[in-house]
Amino acid sequence: MVPARARVRRLTLGWTVRDSLTVTKRNLLTLTRNPELVVFATIQPVLFVLMFRYVFGGAIQVPGEDYVNFLMPGIWAQAVVFGAVSTAVGLAEDLQSGLIERFRSLPMAPSAVLVGRTNADLVRDVFVIALMCVVGFLVGFRNQTDALAFLAALLLMLAFGYSMAWVFAVFGLRAPNAETAQAAAFPVMAVLVFASSAFVPTETMPGWLQVFADHQPVTAVVDAVRALVLGGPTASYVVTAVAWIVGIVVVFGTLAVVRYRRVT
Amino acid sequence: MECMTENGGYAAGCRENRRDRATMQSVIPDAIEVDDIAKQFGEVRALDGVSFGVARGTVLGLLGPNGAGKTTAVRILTTTMRPDRGRASVLGLDVDHDAQRVRESIGLAGQYAAVDESLTGSENLWMMGRLTHLSQSASRSRSKELLVRFGLDDAGDRQVKTYSGGMRRRLDLAAALVHRPSVLFLDEPTTGLDPRSRRGLWDVIGELVADGTTLLLTTQYLEEADRLADRIVVIDQGQVIAEGTSAQLKARIGTTIIEAVFADPASAEGARTLLAPLGELTDADDGRALSLQVNTGPRSIMDAVGALERAAIEPLTLAVREPTLDDVFLRLTGQRVE
Repeated sequence: MVPARARVRRLTLGWTVRDSLTVTKRNLLTLTRNPELVVFATIQPVLFVLMFRYVFGGAIQVPGEDYVNFLMPGIWAQAVVFGAVSTAVGLAEDLQSGLIERFRSLPMAPSAVLVGRTNADLVRDVFVIALMCVVGFLVGFRNQTDALAFLAALLLMLAFGYSMAWVFAVFGLRAPNAETAQAAAFPVMAVLVFASSAFVPTETMPGWLQVFADHQPVTAVVDAVRALVLGGPTASYVVTAVAWIVGIVVVFGTLAVVRYRRVT
Repeated sequence: MECMTENGGYAAGCRENRRDRATMQSVIPDAIEVDDIAKQFGEVRALDGVSFGVARGTVLGLLGPNGAGKTTAVRILTTTMRPDRGRASVLGLDVDHDAQRVRESIGLAGQYAAVDESLTGSENLWMMGRLTHLSQSASRSRSKELLVRFGLDDAGDRQVKTYSGGMRRRLDLAAALVHRPSVLFLDEPTTGLDPRSRRGLWDVIGELVADGTTLLLTTQYLEEADRLADRIVVIDQGQVIAEGTSAQLKARIGTTIIEAVFADPASAEGARTLLAPLGELTDADDGRALSLQVNTGPRSIMDAVGALERAAIEPLTLAVREPTLDDVFLRLTGQRVE
């Protein structure tokens, strides 16, 4: 009676993975067609490197460490958090253009739209982090541990960028348009990055701010990455950072998927 | 093309054939069934107890002004929104409980031309193929096939942001057809297009319908509903206010319109005086034209022509026309569409 039924397939994990890869490819194609998106994602951290290395750096005292070595893990964190805002903007644009409305009428896995977006942003982060490493070495950054620890530090940073993409995915799905998404994401991003150990030791902050700064994910991740590239005890820092990352992905991933099912 | 009349409508005979097709298929369960659905957004009742059915292989025109609830109805039927109450099914599958299977069988093209501007036309169709679970090779070949069919093969490798409005709509429509859906939803497919692109899109939609696709089309253009739809459901403020074929809706008014243009205002004035008792006169744009609504049937036309003949007033042009859906809509809702 119903010819369409013959074609019906259940949504299995395999389909979810395949749909996610399709959306990832679409988003990566979009990135290559709009190289300015990648350029903007790199210009800001490069400026920050130059500013903190040569303008503020001389005035910032970090006990027992060259400031440039202290700085670079913070710059990487700043780059991936700022970059994650484009997840919000991209999703808001897809909502506004009606593309998500169409996706929702397709037999594809609902989570694939979000997974495909965050995957593509992860690929972009790989590029941005690689570039920021080059810039770091050019301005005098030197890894103080071994190559394995350095690689682990970069992987940890990428994982953190991925988790932040899920945070901003929720922003993108709640915003009526791309401009609002960006405006709403900015203060969150700025507070997370600046009220943290990314650029200065938290000990120099007033007590109330220090409490916040010491207990938020950017500090946790930056401290773990610093331990990995500068040496010293690492285990407890890395465990804390990984716990933050996993927790953020679980909580905001769930929120984003629930929100996606409801958006119109 | 012999079915087309000057103004783009179907001639009476053709209209009858189309209606026969609709009647014949009515023994099979409807492709789309909507039973008393309602949806409220805050204080606004977008849909307030709407019911209708669409027989397989036929075209339903959902006609109404902006904000009448057309898009909400389409969203519910395409599973992207749940109704507050009521039931709806597509091919016998409940849009709420069986959403996944409904999605396998439907295609949606919206009023926003939802394609990715940064991708090329061919990449957009490839993506739709993959997301409707066609294989890589099938997605590619189907993409190529549709680009040719929609006259976009030369533009297939260009980014969509370089396309004209008409090209985007055609690509949007093609994207809805990648997985060969048996039920198609077009939400105001030609809104915002220039007349030429609109006619081009109508031809394409006409071909789809000839292939046996069931189509639900929302529109605020009466001409569009008149030309494409087998049956029309008129909705206003979330409720169905009329339903039937285009001819049935027009017959509800029960009038025929006589339009005449005279050589000079004096003759027109004389004609007005003579014809006033025969029906309802509406003044036309300039002093030399008149428009008279009379009861349907040859008698009233003969009376009018006879009156002019006896007074020896000969019009430059004389035309008898059926009421348009615009006249119908005006009568039903007290407002004009567009």
